[in-house]
Parts: sequence; structure tokens; C-alpha cells
Amino acid sequence: MSTVHVTPVRTYLFVFAALMALTLLTLGVAHVNIAHHLPGQMTDAINDAVAMAIAVTKATLVILFFMGVWHSARVNKLIVWSSLFFLVVLFAFSLADYFSRGWLGVPGK
Amino acid sequence: MASETRPAPLAHHFDDYDQQREAATLGMWLFIGQELMFFGGLFLTYTVYRWKYPAYFALGSNQLDIPLGLLNTIVLIGSSLTMVLAVRSAQLGRAKQIASWLGATMTLGTAFLVIKGFEYHHKWVHHLIPGEGFQLPGTTDPAAQTFFVIYFCMTGLHALHMIVGLGLLAFLVPKALRGDFSADNHNWVEGVGLYWHFVDIIWIFLFPLLYLLGRHHA
Repeated sequence: MSTVHVTPVRTYLFVFAALMALTLLTLGVAHVNIAHHLPGQMTDAINDAVAMAIAVTKATLVILFFMGVWHSARVNKLIVWSSLFFLVVLFAFSLADYFSRGWLGVPGK
Repeated sequence: MASETRPAPLAHHFDDYDQQREAATLGMWLFIGQELMFFGGLFLTYTVYRWKYPAYFALGSNQLDIPLGLLNTIVLIGSSLTMVLAVRSAQLGRAKQIASWLGATMTLGTAFLVIKGFEYHHKWVHHLIPGEGFQLPGTTDPAAQTFFVIYFCMTGLHALHMIVGLGLLAFLVPKALRGDFSADNHNWVEGVGLYWHFVDIIWIFLFPLLYLLGRHHA
């Protein structure tokens, strides 16, 4: 018979509470100039890094618990990881192109 | 066929219900993998243009309504909670509960779209639709429209996914009430649930990337 894993409701409520807290955290830190509070040469990019770290944490909670990957078959975990891998490939190769344009002069231009 | 048994029996090409469910879930994950690449292109476009026009992105972002964006984030994550409770009810074979949670998810999903509609209307009234009459306080450079082109493309594609999701939920509610889903066979609910959560994840990234830029300079 069926061997599906049923997660307790309190786990889902806890994940929901964590997602709400992280939403408020990302809103809060967006209004803080983090670079001013850190030593050394920090730029505005630190705000983006923090915002993305929070978003990735939230997405991980949704994937593991709401989408059930924590208790899912290994082949589904493989699909998740390979999807993310190809997203990294898309970004890495495209941005390597865009960000390096203008590094070298083009003869005749 | 009047004699059709409910819930749907095991398809003949599967050994058991576990195998049938795992095949359905795997197929849904493959679909979500290509959806990620679909949205990935837009996130890449966002990155390239924001790198090119950082000041215009901050200027455009400051025109967006944070309270409404925050409210929509809460509404959408709430709808993911009700969706996961619908899937849980299906795993336990509780037909009425499935329908109730699916209905709650539809209500929250509709609320999201209504709020988004108010935001779009506000952008229309304030001449922030890219094109002929575009006016962004602080600049006259047409390149400043780039942020709003990307804003409407990304939130528009996201809203389109919400509309498709609401259609799927509307299709599932009567099925749930008829008793089509059981602990053994609730692949429809599971699959739509995965799709709904994926759309939620897209919004989790859209909220900080679109609404919260350059706020620490204000």
C-alpha cells in the first residue's frame, strides 16, 4: 500500500512562520546601508548579497518542506540540483560575456 | 463510463501506487526544471540591465509600492501554506478538507492578482508604462524605461502563471468533492501543489529584486 510520508501540520506552520520572519528581515535590511556598518571597503553590493542570501534561504525552505524534497525520491533531488546547475551555467557564461565586453579594444572600432 | 470507479485506479503500466506517484512527481519536477530556465532568462536580463543602468533601476524601484508588495508576499506565502495543507489532506484521503484548502488557496491567489491589478493601475495613472507617455520623476533619459519594461515582463509572466494555477485549482475542487483523490492516488493535487510553490519561489526573488532597490539611500 501507499508509503507516502505525511508531514505534521506544525512543521508546515513553523516553515510558514520562518518565511514570514525572513520576509520582514529582507524588508528591514533593505533600508539599512550595510556597507556603513562594516569595516573596510564595502560597496552597495553587500545589500544585494544579503537580500539574495535571504531569498535563497526562503526558497530552500519552500523546496525542502512545502515541495517535500526533504522526503522525496533521490531522483527528484537530482532534478532539483541539475536544474540549479544549468541555471548557474546560463548565468556564468552569459555574464562572463557581458561583463568582459570593453576589456579589450576592438581594432578598427 | 458510469461504472468508473472513484478514486481513479492504478494505471496498468505501473507496478503499484508508489511507482505511479513517483513517476508523476518526477514528471512535474522535470517541468519545473524547464520553467526555471524560462524564468532564468528574465532574471539574467534583469542582471545585465541593472548592471548597465544601476541608477535608473533604483529610481524605478522607488516608484513601486512597498506596502502592497509586502502584502502580496504575505498573501502568496500564505497561499503556499494552504496549498501544502491541501496536499496533506489528500495524502490522508480527506476529500472535504482537500476542497476547503484548495478553495482557500484560490481565494489568496485571487487576492494576489487583485492587489497586483491595483498596482498596475497605479503605474498607468502615474505614466510609468514604458512607451510614448512615459514620465519618471528625476530623469528624461528614455533608457530609464528599462526597469519598467523588466518589471512588467517579470511580474506579468508571474501573474500569468498565477492565472494558470487558479484555473488548475478550479479544475481540482470539483474533483476533490467527487472523491477522486485518495491516499493512494492524489497525483493531480501533488503536481499542482509543486507548480504553485514554484510560482511562490519566483515571487520570493521578485520582491527584493524589484521593490527594495536603493532604499538604504533614502
